Amino acid sequence: MTSNNSDASTNTDTSSASSVTSSLGPLDLEKGQGTKEQSIEEIVASLGDTVGKTRVDNPKMSATGVDVFYADKQAIFGVDLDIANNEVISMIGPSGCGKSTLLRCLNRMNDTIPICKVTGELTLDGEDIYGRDTDPVLLRARVGMVFQKPNPFPKSIYENVAYGPRLHGLSRNKSELDDIVITSLRKAGIFEEVKDRLDAPGTGLSGGQQQRLCIARTIACSPEVILMDEPCSALDPIATAKIEELINELSENYAIAIVTHSMQQAARVSQRTAYFHLGKLVEVGHTADIFTNPRHELTEKYITGRFG
Amino acid sequence: MFVAAYWIGRSKATGMRNLATKAQPLHSLPRYYGYQMLIWCAVPAITVFALWMGLESTVLTKLVKLSLPDEIRNLPGGEFNLIINDIKNIAVGNISQSQSDPIRTTAAADYSINLGFSKWARAVVVLVAGLLGAYFGYKRITYSARARIFVEKVIMIFLITCSCLAILTTVGIVLSVLFESLRFFDKVPFSDFAFGLHWSPQTSIRADQVGSSGSFGAVPIFAGTLLISAIAMLVAVPFGLMSAIYLAEYATPRVRAWVKPLLEILAGIPTVVYGFFAALTVAPMIRGFGESIGLSVASESALAAGLVMGIMIIPFVSSLSDDVITAVPQSMRDGSLGLGATKSETIRKVVIPAALPGVVGGILLAVSRAIGETMIVVMAAGLAANLTINPLEAVTTVTVQIVTLLTGDQAFDSPKTLAAFALGLMLFVTTLILNVIALRTVRKYREQYE
Repeated sequence: MTSNNSDASTNTDTSSASSVTSSLGPLDLEKGQGTKEQSIEEIVASLGDTVGKTRVDNPKMSATGVDVFYADKQAIFGVDLDIANNEVISMIGPSGCGKSTLLRCLNRMNDTIPICKVTGELTLDGEDIYGRDTDPVLLRARVGMVFQKPNPFPKSIYENVAYGPRLHGLSRNKSELDDIVITSLRKAGIFEEVKDRLDAPGTGLSGGQQQRLCIARTIACSPEVILMDEPCSALDPIATAKIEELINELSENYAIAIVTHSMQQAARVSQRTAYFHLGKLVEVGHTADIFTNPRHELTEKYITGRFG
Repeated sequence: MFVAAYWIGRSKATGMRNLATKAQPLHSLPRYYGYQMLIWCAVPAITVFALWMGLESTVLTKLVKLSLPDEIRNLPGGEFNLIINDIKNIAVGNISQSQSDPIRTTAAADYSINLGFSKWARAVVVLVAGLLGAYFGYKRITYSARARIFVEKVIMIFLITCSCLAILTTVGIVLSVLFESLRFFDKVPFSDFAFGLHWSPQTSIRADQVGSSGSFGAVPIFAGTLLISAIAMLVAVPFGLMSAIYLAEYATPRVRAWVKPLLEILAGIPTVVYGFFAALTVAPMIRGFGESIGLSVASESALAAGLVMGIMIIPFVSSLSDDVITAVPQSMRDGSLGLGATKSETIRKVVIPAALPGVVGGILLAVSRAIGETMIVVMAAGLAANLTINPLEAVTTVTVQIVTLLTGDQAFDSPKTLAAFALGLMLFVTTLILNVIALRTVRKYREQYE
């Protein structure tokens, strides 16, 4: 459960376009309406252990026994999860179930929220990312993030993409930087649309283009993992289709974790799916299995749109 | 009466609404009919009242004048006005009657009778106007009357009038300064004023007086103004901006809750206090320090005034910058941090550019304040119009000169006094140009977020 001033992205799920989520209506189990602190923990305890295989053979990142607290409210309860190389894993679940919070733990974006506390072990290539030697700044260059709302900087398209490489000194001269920018824009499938106006402000693009620009900006830092927090929730179906296609292409080179409210999207883009409920990872498995043959009762209720 | 008009209009409309049919609905909500009637009642009443107040004294004076004997009526303007004033003062009892001659006493008695009559007549006329208006407004409450649209229009007109008032006042001030300045430029050529390098506004009252040269070269005092303002900005901009960044980005809410009001207290200290702080504490300190490293420092120096003024305007920069920095959306910071930028890189490359227009707005406000500041300079920088860029010498500023020009015993149309208006005009034009330049620059470099 997130506190009011903490993480906007986990609270603003109402805007997400998925008809499935909205049809769920006010969930009895969701978010306990603030007074049932004790009952939430009881429910969480009653959920039992995660169903399905949390580990993979070639983990890029892995979480073990992760608890997250906002002040004294616990948002995530003992999550174990692996993110594999060259794989898309989608995280689904009702609003406030902690999926965005977990995502933000993976590149330590939660550090920017003073009241947030993370315990448990999170590793990238076997290295503890909350360890004493890990620099969150370098970590974030390796684990890129795309946000819910497109947030291009109020700079030119070129400057938006060049921002990361400049920070990290990835280019030795102007022509190398040009190469990085063009390659990133091309990988993000937006180069053809903007090649004539690289000097135009990035904020002047359409919503879908802005989001692809943000993806290009993330790719330009040559990350190993890309985290996407509901990247399509502010976009129309056509722009969404483009981004999903892009995610498919990117999964050849990157490990991708995507939070989404659209179960169709999760089914379309991901190889594995994780279902969260009240801060607990309820079930994880191959996407096809989760959607055709869910093993946990809650998962089934959620994906069929009948809740409680 | 106004309240009654509102209630009558409203209750009539409510009654009508209860009788309204589908075919003939009431156009607006009843309270709008109430407002409409209130407006019809209030506008004529207030207009009549204002007109009456405006014309009353003219009419009454005319009446007094008619009743006076011819020899007084034919006196020249100045003396006649004196007598009229006497009469009015007697009428309200400021001067005791025993000291006055009988003509004035009778005139005063007439005057006070007329005044009393005027008061009654005014009340009656205003009341009648209001009632007539209300009656007319009452008649206009019909099913098809579009009261809501009428009320909205009146509100808009009212708001436009208010904003015009501010603009008209400004125009009025500028014009009056402009005409006085033109009178000044009749006596002193404009080129001498704008480009002259020597400022010594002493003109002679008697022809044989010493120091009657009267030289009006404004360059030294403008240079002084710019020098002191520049020193002040050198202090205020870095300190203000840095503290704003700290408060907005780094400080915990508790620190912020304490530090921000404390900083803003600086803006609340009277400038006189800053002035003697500058003159009695800072200036001697600077002189002592200067002498210890072998520089000659005037006891009243531009540096002392500028430093203290800089401290004074820190809150203008910091408070406004703090507000705009806080207003930059968190998603901008997230985006930058998510790409692996450090906090300071994020602030430097994303937050500050996005907040630039507001920051420059704060700085402009601070500059205007610095240029307009008088008290600190009077006390700490002196009155000598030296043309220098050495901050250790005494200089003087435009505002200080305006004060000294207007506080002496001088004929009001002497060049010395009129020079104050010319200086005011120049100052106004200078700040205007500065503002325009700054706004243009910002428009070029701003990075707009939606």
